[in-house]
Amino acid sequence: MLSAQSLAAIDREVAKYPADQKRSAVMGALRIALVERREAGKTPEERCLNTEVIEFVANYLQIPPVAAYEVATFYNMYDMKPVGQYKITVCTNLPCALSGGVNAAEYISKKLGIAIGETSADGKYTLLEGECMGACGDAPVLLVNNHKMCSFMTPEAIDKKLAELN
Amino acid sequence: MLEIEIDGKKLTVPQGSTVMDAAHSVGTYIPHFCYHKKLSIAANCRMCLVEVEKAPKPLPACATPVTDGMKVHTHSDMAKKAQAGVMEFLLINHPLDCPICDQGGECQLQDLAVGYGNSSSRYQEEKRSVVGKDMGPLVSAEEMSRCIHCTRCVRFTEEIGGFQEIGMANRSEFSEIMPYLGKTVNSEISGNVIDLCPVGALTSKPFRYSTRAWELSRRKSVSPHDGLGSNLVVQVKSNEVMRVLPLENEAINECWIADRDRFSYEGLNSAERLQKPMIKFDGKWHETDWETALAYVVKGLNGVSADHGKDAIGFLTSPHSTTEELYLAQKLARAFGVNNIDYRLRRSDFSADAAQQGAQWLGSSIAELTAAKSILVVGSTQRKEQPLLASHLRQAVKKGSALNVIHVAGDTLLTAVNAKLIVSPLALVNALAQVLKAVVEIKSAQTAVDLAAVVVGAEAQAIAASLTGAESAAIVLGNVAQHHPAFAQLLKLAQEISALTGARFGLLAEAANSTGAELVGALPHRAAFGAAATAGLNAAAMIAAPRKAYFLLNTEVEFDSYNPQAAVAAMKQAATVIALTAYKGAGLLDYADVLLPIAPFSETAGSFVNMEGKLQSFNGVVRPLGETRPAWKVLRVLGNMLGLTGFEQNSAEEVRAELLAKGSIESAFNNALGDVAINAAVTTGLVRIGEVPLYQADAICRRAQSLQQTADATAPVARAHSSLLARLNVAAGKEGLLRQGSGELKVLVEADDSLPADTVRLATAHPLTVGLGGMFDSIELTQG
Ligand code: SF4
Ligand code: FES
Ligand code: FES
Repeated sequence: MLSAQSLAAIDREVAKYPADQKRSAVMGALRIALVERREAGKTPEERCLNTEVIEFVANYLQIPPVAAYEVATFYNMYDMKPVGQYKITVCTNLPCALSGGVNAAEYISKKLGIAIGETSADGKYTLLEGECMGACGDAPVLLVNNHKMCSFMTPEAIDKKLAELN
Repeated sequence: MLEIEIDGKKLTVPQGSTVMDAAHSVGTYIPHFCYHKKLSIAANCRMCLVEVEKAPKPLPACATPVTDGMKVHTHSDMAKKAQAGVMEFLLINHPLDCPICDQGGECQLQDLAVGYGNSSSRYQEEKRSVVGKDMGPLVSAEEMSRCIHCTRCVRFTEEIGGFQEIGMANRSEFSEIMPYLGKTVNSEISGNVIDLCPVGALTSKPFRYSTRAWELSRRKSVSPHDGLGSNLVVQVKSNEVMRVLPLENEAINECWIADRDRFSYEGLNSAERLQKPMIKFDGKWHETDWETALAYVVKGLNGVSADHGKDAIGFLTSPHSTTEELYLAQKLARAFGVNNIDYRLRRSDFSADAAQQGAQWLGSSIAELTAAKSILVVGSTQRKEQPLLASHLRQAVKKGSALNVIHVAGDTLLTAVNAKLIVSPLALVNALAQVLKAVVEIKSAQTAVDLAAVVVGAEAQAIAASLTGAESAAIVLGNVAQHHPAFAQLLKLAQEISALTGARFGLLAEAANSTGAELVGALPHRAAFGAAATAGLNAAAMIAAPRKAYFLLNTEVEFDSYNPQAAVAAMKQAATVIALTAYKGAGLLDYADVLLPIAPFSETAGSFVNMEGKLQSFNGVVRPLGETRPAWKVLRVLGNMLGLTGFEQNSAEEVRAELLAKGSIESAFNNALGDVAINAAVTTGLVRIGEVPLYQADAICRRAQSLQQTADATAPVARAHSSLLARLNVAAGKEGLLRQGSGELKVLVEADDSLPADTVRLATAHPLTVGLGGMFDSIELTQG
């Protein structure tokens, strides 16, 4: 279900913990599984985690599937719903909001023609609101695909970023 | 020891106690939901907030360790305000649908809301609702909006059940308790989450909406299923058993019971219950009265004995019958001159009968078994034989015991196993002999057993090291070992290992009263308390050399015998088959001639002796159904009608007193065997692993509808190692043909590489497989 590379990466996570505590690697393993699906997936449905993948990861770590499911559903960076090729998460918490975070989100929303929480019809973008990313001084901030943080996202910066992604 | 003051009461508690423990030790009640004495501390409901002097805010009693000099107030203004506040929060999303809730009247939330909450809520906004979940046929999770997220159910499946089947998905106000998507909760002890759930979120599916808790009367009883002897509270309304709950007994079942103990009561109310005596003539069944039926029985017994002699009669009894019934049955048989009596219908090896020196039992108390630092379980499908004992062993492993296993199948035990030797039934003796040889080597000792040809493998070495290295050890033989054709050798080997290691050894009693049956001498070679008896035929011999008449007490031979094919054939050839039974099962209707309705455990007084030799007596909880009568009365009347003396008992208590006057239970047990020849050579051949399915073990649970819908009750399939299937050219996933003796059966074949090579695992005691032969005999498998 997962590629040899992903499994090797999971094994590296597992190796960080005592042999009888493989369960500790569940967050890393789910992250690796999600990255593989996002990169290999062709449709929004294929880019997110689903019960089969979670069960696979759980079995790989020899923990009950429901234990991995608890983790996957607790943290919102694990995509459990169909997601676009580029998931853009804009911080709209108070410090960001005071420095244009909400405006940035609305700007993207208008520009992509999708409301917050939606995925564009071509399956390219998903726009989400996020919580404080610990970079309030760089507001407005957004994340692309969980891993790429973009700071000072003025409308110009957003235009540039979206052009880059296109 | 620490000194502490709770509500002005001074007490000392051991280091490491929590405030909750301390409060309980002086009988102070602190309201709580998530806390449970047998589960880990979660501290997530916050109901147990108390005031601790010098602490700036209220603290959760369940998770606050006692410190020296601590002063706790459980009822101060601060504590009360905190508790009322928590209650208000808990009720924010609770639907307050008590009038239609099954938990109403026995709901902790209801009770605590009245005791510690405010009379109204300030919350006006919308409540969230949560869709119901499917947890299977036993536990209803239909109304999950009621859940307060205490996670007791989650912790139970993980910590006591051994596998987390329930989890809390999502976060904060979206949290939901659920099994893994698309799965049901399949633990053999899952029903305990119903008791644990402090609200009406998890309820009993079979019991739901049948009655209100306060309409039930509660009566104590003892489980009639496995040999653990779990204590029960049977709840009754209008002379019908409505529900069964655990009665706490720390030494036996703690506060749990297995699902079989909990849900099999449905079988008591089954439509298959026999309510009137019945006689078959001209191939048709006719209901009749007791007088006619009893006269018929007496005539039958006298007739056969006059024509063919007493030896032509065989008494087959059940280890699920009460001590009193079994005592009277053997007394009746022997007084009448019949020596052929046995309760061991599923055994196949009787070669140690002559070498037996006492009644067979666990060899220790259950507590001593689970406290042993090294435990070796031989031939036991633990979770399907004594589900709750399997859970006890799991707890023992958590406390540091090493669990070692010698078995015929590598099922997961949901616990860490120290060493595991999985071999074909044909190599079971060899496996245990390997351990003995390794022990002999470690101890540089001697043994009389010839082990020259035995080669010690790594796992056997590890088991031996574990047994010899531990300060206390125990070796127990499970059902598979007891049914195994070399049972005597296995027991003897356990005895030899025990002699060298100091380990206790014994049997995990198969049924509720196997140990009692041993005691009362429902055996062909021993009478009550081991008194000498004129030797008769054992259960297998009575089948192998068919009798003219059979007297069946509480048994359906097609499900209860080692070789159902032979047993049914023996019944069919008999001139008369007299059955004392609570059910008119299809098998009995086919081969019996007269059926006498006897009371199941719920309708008679009696006692069971559990595996640790504890005699637990109980009273009937409801009146006998229809014209049913307690079996001890039927046996007594038969004794009188046959003109025998010593059948004047007026109550089950009198029967028991008569029995107990014959000897002392404590000194009756002895597992040691005299001489038994050991042959540790491994023979080859394809052999069946025919275990008894969890919910086919006895007549009552066979008829419990809800249990029959569980995953454990799915129709048997034949499992075999994929290499064997390849060699035999049999496709996995398709029907294959299995043949034993004159019986054959087409059944789904599946590959299972956890099985030893050259074995076919196919359950016995199931309507589908009754045509086949011996449980651990050779078998043929073809694509068919
Ligand atoms: S279902 Fe019951 S036991 Fe489980 S978390 Fe909810 S309230 Fe607690
Ligand atoms: S509030 Fe946006 S990064 Fe902190
Ligand atoms: S009982 Fe203490 S927090 Fe739940």
